Amino acid sequence: MGGVRVLVGTHKGAFVLTSDERRKDWDVSGPHFAGWDIYHVKGSPVNPDRIYASQTSGWFGQVIQRSDDGGEKWEPVGNDFSYDGVPGEHQWYDGSLRPWSFTRVWHLEPSLHDAETVYAGVEDAALFKSTDGGAAWTELSGLRKHDTGPQWQPGAGGMCLHTILQHPSDPDRLWVAISAAGAFRTVDGGQTWQPINKGLRSGEIPDQDSEVGHCVHRIDMHPSNPDVLYMQKHWDVMRSKDGGDSWQEVSGNLPTDFGFPISVHAHEPETVYVVPILSDSQHFVPDGKLRVYRSRTGGDEWEALTNGLPQRDCYVNVLRDAMAVDSLESCGIYFGTSGGQVYASSDSGDNWAPIVRDLPAVLSVEVQTLS
Amino acid sequence: MIRVVLPAHLRTIARIDGEVQLDVAGQVTQRAVLDALEAEFPKLRGTIRDQGTQQRRAFVRFFACEQDVSHDSPDEPLPDAVANGTEPFMVIGAMAGG
Repeated sequence: MGGVRVLVGTHKGAFVLTSDERRKDWDVSGPHFAGWDIYHVKGSPVNPDRIYASQTSGWFGQVIQRSDDGGEKWEPVGNDFSYDGVPGEHQWYDGSLRPWSFTRVWHLEPSLHDAETVYAGVEDAALFKSTDGGAAWTELSGLRKHDTGPQWQPGAGGMCLHTILQHPSDPDRLWVAISAAGAFRTVDGGQTWQPINKGLRSGEIPDQDSEVGHCVHRIDMHPSNPDVLYMQKHWDVMRSKDGGDSWQEVSGNLPTDFGFPISVHAHEPETVYVVPILSDSQHFVPDGKLRVYRSRTGGDEWEALTNGLPQRDCYVNVLRDAMAVDSLESCGIYFGTSGGQVYASSDSGDNWAPIVRDLPAVLSVEVQTLS
Repeated sequence: MIRVVLPAHLRTIARIDGEVQLDVAGQVTQRAVLDALEAEFPKLRGTIRDQGTQQRRAFVRFFACEQDVSHDSPDEPLPDAVANGTEPFMVIGAMAGG
């Protein structure tokens, strides 16, 4: 019988939550790497026993952990994320120029096509690739060396490359997103990149037609239709019908169009999930109510999903990598909060229940569907 | 034989208990000790000093003979008591944050 394995990164360690396909009873293992920030944990779609974790701290830098047995045993692998050549400079908050400097890995994206290949999105923003299971990393420096690079500047959380999407059938076609530079696309395996931010509107920058400078929080797509992209921007939920060439706002009737994560249903390419959050400074859900919003129309028309979620006195946030979907017949949705809860729905979001309530603040949630 | 004391998180990564004992060829300096440490435990590369610049991480300190030698040149000789193994070279995670 199949099941699911939910991989949770928190402010103080990683946790692995497993269940059968009913998703009612859960085993919890962890904390793995206790005391460290675990920014992201993700498994290989090619070999589900292969899992990578980004383990990072302000004290001891960056460690990449790899498991080859589904998360029971872990081994540190390569952690040398040296930029290609002289790093150059980017904008700092005060308008001065500052040298690119590696801080941490925000996101690990195992290849859809090869179990040994994995991508890493890092701060300061750059994309790295390993073709030997994380032992050695090479920067795909065409991105950082794009003509607009000196104009990039950090968002409040740092200048991070946090989203990496792969075309389901063409390994050379990738999309990435950077806070606060925007979204970029390559069609040649990362040698050259094109900013894809037309149609984004950001009140925080003076030129609304600027090629870069937009604070994209997350992008997702459905593998059956990779031309359609969904974006949660700092403000605004956006949709592209042309692989990112242009964007249209689909925030519709959301109570606030600020948020971090966005996910697409496993079997319904037009069904999308977001978690609206108050901003700019509050960064918690509106009205004390934790509500996931679902659109079955690719945006514009949204419904609140509340069954099983706290509807009073709740003031948590849900970060950009902290929502995921499984691909069981009845699609499961998962998300983790700054309050340490991980919630699951086994019916596309109609009903929710907590898997765990008292973890450290959740930084990331991914799920593997096991056969 | 040089004795090195590591903080708990780095002992976990290196999978060791207690002190590390290292053979260091030539003059015993911070750089020589850390080179020998990273050669013996490659998983510690990048955790104490930056892999590119070799600079000490901001929240890591080095103590020897009850002195903070963090700001000494990495090529300055460490005290004789460290060089002869009487006292350990201590790698400390600074008190900071939660």
